[in-house]
Amino acid sequence: MRPLTVGRVLTRCALLAVVLFLVIVIALKLGAVPVSLYALGRDVIRVALHQTSELSSDYRLIIFDIRLPRILLGTFVGASLAVAGASFQALLRNPLADPYILGISNGAGVGAMAALLLEPHIPLAAGIAALFTPLGAFAGALVTIIAVYFLGRRKGEIDSNTLLLGGVITASFLSALQMFLFNTVMGRDLHGTAFWLMGDLSTAQQPIVSWVVRFGFFAAAAAIYTTASDLNLLLAGEKEAMHLGVDVRRVSLVVYVAASLLTGLAVSVSGAVGYVGLLVPHAMRWLFGSDHRILIPTAAFGGAIAVVVADTIARTVVAPAELPVGAISALVGAPFFIYLLRRRLA
Amino acid sequence: MSARPSTLAARADVARTAEVRLSVEQVSYAYAPNPSQAPLFTLEATSFQARAGEIVAVLGPNASGKSTLLKLISGALQPLSGRVMLDGFATHSLPTRTRAQRIAMVQQESQLVFPSRAWEFVLQGRHPYSRTLHFESETDLAVARNALAQVGAEPLMDRWMNQISGGERQRVILARALAQQPLLLLLDEPTLHLDIGAQVDLLEALRRLAAENRYTVIVVTHELNLVGEYADQVVLMQRGRCLRVGTPAAVYQRELLEQVFQAQLSVELGANGRPRVSLLSQGG
Repeated sequence: MRPLTVGRVLTRCALLAVVLFLVIVIALKLGAVPVSLYALGRDVIRVALHQTSELSSDYRLIIFDIRLPRILLGTFVGASLAVAGASFQALLRNPLADPYILGISNGAGVGAMAALLLEPHIPLAAGIAALFTPLGAFAGALVTIIAVYFLGRRKGEIDSNTLLLGGVITASFLSALQMFLFNTVMGRDLHGTAFWLMGDLSTAQQPIVSWVVRFGFFAAAAAIYTTASDLNLLLAGEKEAMHLGVDVRRVSLVVYVAASLLTGLAVSVSGAVGYVGLLVPHAMRWLFGSDHRILIPTAAFGGAIAVVVADTIARTVVAPAELPVGAISALVGAPFFIYLLRRRLA
Repeated sequence: MSARPSTLAARADVARTAEVRLSVEQVSYAYAPNPSQAPLFTLEATSFQARAGEIVAVLGPNASGKSTLLKLISGALQPLSGRVMLDGFATHSLPTRTRAQRIAMVQQESQLVFPSRAWEFVLQGRHPYSRTLHFESETDLAVARNALAQVGAEPLMDRWMNQISGGERQRVILARALAQQPLLLLLDEPTLHLDIGAQVDLLEALRRLAAENRYTVIVVTHELNLVGEYADQVVLMQRGRCLRVGTPAAVYQRELLEQVFQAQLSVELGANGRPRVSLLSQGG
């Protein structure tokens, strides 16, 4: 009997934090301007400590004003999607649940577009107007998960196959709707549409949006983490969890809202990056076990690492052109989804 | 299944003198898809009492209302009329966590999405006693170990739940219920997928646990002979009606059982004074 301890959770998170730091440093190095790893590691710490006066302006512009914000955005997008994926898998009792596969990311995308279209017609202060898109994405994600949840219910209980099928159909419908909106009402080209639908971190964000994504991540992930031991029991089903003292209605409400917020925030700044919410929780379960008290924080670190790596590949593999980050995550994630599906059917 | 008349007599005396713990008072229920439609199923007013250390079996054919009665007792359903009182509190009104400290439910099967080890599964029974994140204390570990020992499942502690037999799994599920340290233990067809040896083991364990830990045990089952052998009281149900409540010897009347189960049966008293039921062929 080796029960989980706070110490074990902290040491695993510390280990992943070191890996994330190294990945960020390597991601900063890769690109058109060559710099040594040692210098980068030293300078990242200087930036973190606000001692930037010793850095040259060109170097600071490329590495710390262009690459670093993009990488930091990637860490929060990845962490958000991975925590949302782990949460949906527990709530829906389905190891194949993922914000992208269930159409929740596409729902957030439609919500974000609706907000973009409405924004010019609503008189809002500049600071608040910037938050209108993330808010629309959150609303879109929440409405979609509610719709998918009811599509997946049969005889009062969630049916795994119906849920997946309902999610895939919803994703396909909402993806088509996004493409239609992009190319007609919003007048964007197919290239821009493809990048939005596949997920892309290259668009610079307003500082207030970046802060909302960060703050939103910590608030929503913390809310989910308070239910971590309840999620362990919900995996056995709502009735069983209730008999073990779980307030199923409260936990479901908290986790559905928080996971939708995480998905909405991620999608509002990056489009629909797929499969991170599927791949990363499974990898973390394999490494650290399926207890949500360790799974939620390690999935956050794992998601951050995965998206930073995928985005680094996306922006360097066909340089000077770029691929959408979602294309890289889908290349790995889709075969993994098929593997999980085959294993479940077996 | 050995006859132990002296033990059985002593057990009956203990049960009779113990305080009433569970009181099911004129409880009824109706299932309807929506309030404007006629109910699809109705459970008529049902009453019985159970004492500490007693095993009560709820018997009846399919769709007789056994599981509904169990849900009403557990507090998961709110009665249409009447009430279920456990040590003076209505079970439906108890907060979820408090209810889980007093009532443990063993379902037919526990579905696992991701595999866990037996000890992890049993520790889930400590959840009602936890704070928010519930990192287990030494007390929790000791209770879980003791629960596994009480059902003879200590050697299974480090095994994966999806790699043990049905009988072993049922013992671990029972250990999780014991880890809740309840007053009332509810079991919904716990012998459904077990072979006869595992069924007897489970009922023996329940008998022993009811006596040692003073649990009140309510078990829904189809196993007439196991009930005849191990239960203190029987609640006989048919089509949503409670037909009779009493000792197995009092309830096991041939005509009554034949009418309820729609089969030709014979009922005999065993050497230990307990009734045994046999199925007769159509020719008698």
